[in-house]
Amino acid sequence: MGDIWEGISAGFWLVVTLDPDLVEITLMSLRVTVTATFVASCFALPFGAWLAIRRFRYRRFVIAVLNALMGLPPVVVGLIVYLLLSRSGPFGVLGLLFTPTAMIIAQVIIITPLIASIAHQAIRDIWAEYHDLLISMSTSKRQRIATLIWDGRRALMTAALAGFGRAIGEVGAIMIVGGNIDHATRVLTTAIALETGKGDFSLALGLGFVLIALAVTVNILIHAIGRTERDGKW
Amino acid sequence: MVTSILPLVMSDAVVKRRAKVLLGPVNLTISQTGFTIVMGPNGAGKTTLLRSLHGLERLAQGRAQWQTPLKDARRRQAFVFQSPIVLRRSVLENLTYPLRLRGTEKGRATALARDWAQRVGLGDALDNPAPQLSGGEKQKLALARALITQPDIVFLDEPCANLDGRATREIEDVLQASNAAGTRIVMATHNIGQAKRLALDVVFLLRGKIVEQSPAGAFFEEPKTPQAAALLRGDIVE
Ligand SMILES: Nc1ncnc2c1ncn2[C@@H]1O[C@H](COP(=O)(O)OP(=O)(O)OP(=O)(O)O)[C@@H](O)[C@H]1O
Ligand SMILES: [Mg+2]
Repeated sequence: MGDIWEGISAGFWLVVTLDPDLVEITLMSLRVTVTATFVASCFALPFGAWLAIRRFRYRRFVIAVLNALMGLPPVVVGLIVYLLLSRSGPFGVLGLLFTPTAMIIAQVIIITPLIASIAHQAIRDIWAEYHDLLISMSTSKRQRIATLIWDGRRALMTAALAGFGRAIGEVGAIMIVGGNIDHATRVLTTAIALETGKGDFSLALGLGFVLIALAVTVNILIHAIGRTERDGKW
Repeated sequence: MVTSILPLVMSDAVVKRRAKVLLGPVNLTISQTGFTIVMGPNGAGKTTLLRSLHGLERLAQGRAQWQTPLKDARRRQAFVFQSPIVLRRSVLENLTYPLRLRGTEKGRATALARDWAQRVGLGDALDNPAPQLSGGEKQKLALARALITQPDIVFLDEPCANLDGRATREIEDVLQASNAAGTRIVMATHNIGQAKRLALDVVFLLRGKIVEQSPAGAFFEEPKTPQAAALLRGDIVE
């Protein structure tokens, strides 16, 4: 019990004093996950919107695949990305394995289906509501998409935030493709796993506090976006 | 002088859902001027008729022909739905939306929107989010949004169904003003008093078919069918 309390207070102290290691790891985490969220959103938001509006033959099938991909075990994604990027793999010449880029690729693959799925549902609901009106006003396809994206912007931001939340707390895939290399690919989750393994609870707990704070912030933001929607602000 | 998209000539039009015929065959000409009231019991096909005239229903048979190319004709008409559809935006933005689609400059669109909000009694609600309006307020908003582009024709599907007596009269005034300014109106209603106040001619529907089409005076004085007579008496229409 004493060890744990000591760890908690030491960890807390590391956060308060902005310990250089802790700051470096946190910044690396943010860099990887913010980039991954941005890249994934660039694919997933338009794709989700498109899927909501377009009627085509294999639409249901595509949606089913999307939902299945959401359940991909991150460790397996890590393994596949590892194989693709490893020296003997098809993209081995790029030398990306054990770099932040490799971690970004893995996270993009993990969260793209999640973001696309949430975006699809949100845009689909608005489209169902607006359909007759937008047809009646003989809007062009571009005008329709612009209207749906603008009026669904809060839901789309929520989708991106959900992706960020999932990626920032993920450990399996980025451990495999990043390798948890000190000063290179060490991020919050992999560092916590390592320090815990070594028995150094103070840094692990300090990093844990940061991770929790990030996760809570994301959820508060999602909640706040929902509020502005209900209150009809901006 | 821009040529009107009217008259609209609908010939032998049939609307089906799966194998079931919901409407038709309908032959109907919507002349260039006038105020047509569509009447009939629940489920008679009033909504389906208005939607097919406007081009929202696929015709299984027959056609609806405007005087100008379809693309142009589509842009010069408007529809007010039975359950109003409002955009998840402010009242002001709902009103400027159709104008902005047509490339109206922002300042002018805003000025028009203020004017129309005033006319339908939403002058104090301009910045309110439209989804939070009451049912009747949404109907007023949908109506103003339809009339704001000064369409050649507007289809109204029971636009006063949720309105109190006073609001109904206000809306009728707005409609008559628009009508006088050259907007052709085709409107479904269950309100006999309202029909008498507004109609220049009446289309009476029964089970998807037009059973009577008469000038208003004739329809209200001497309805040709027993069903229309029953409806006007307030009896059950068999
Ligand atoms: N999507 C649909 N699928 C099957 N039947 C439908 C559909 N839409 C409407 N109908 C049927 O078509 C008929 C005409 O409906 P419509 O909405 O045009 O009636 P209405 O005269 O507008 O009635 P109300 O006065 O209740 O508004 C009804 O019997 C209705 O059940
Ligand atoms: Mg109806």
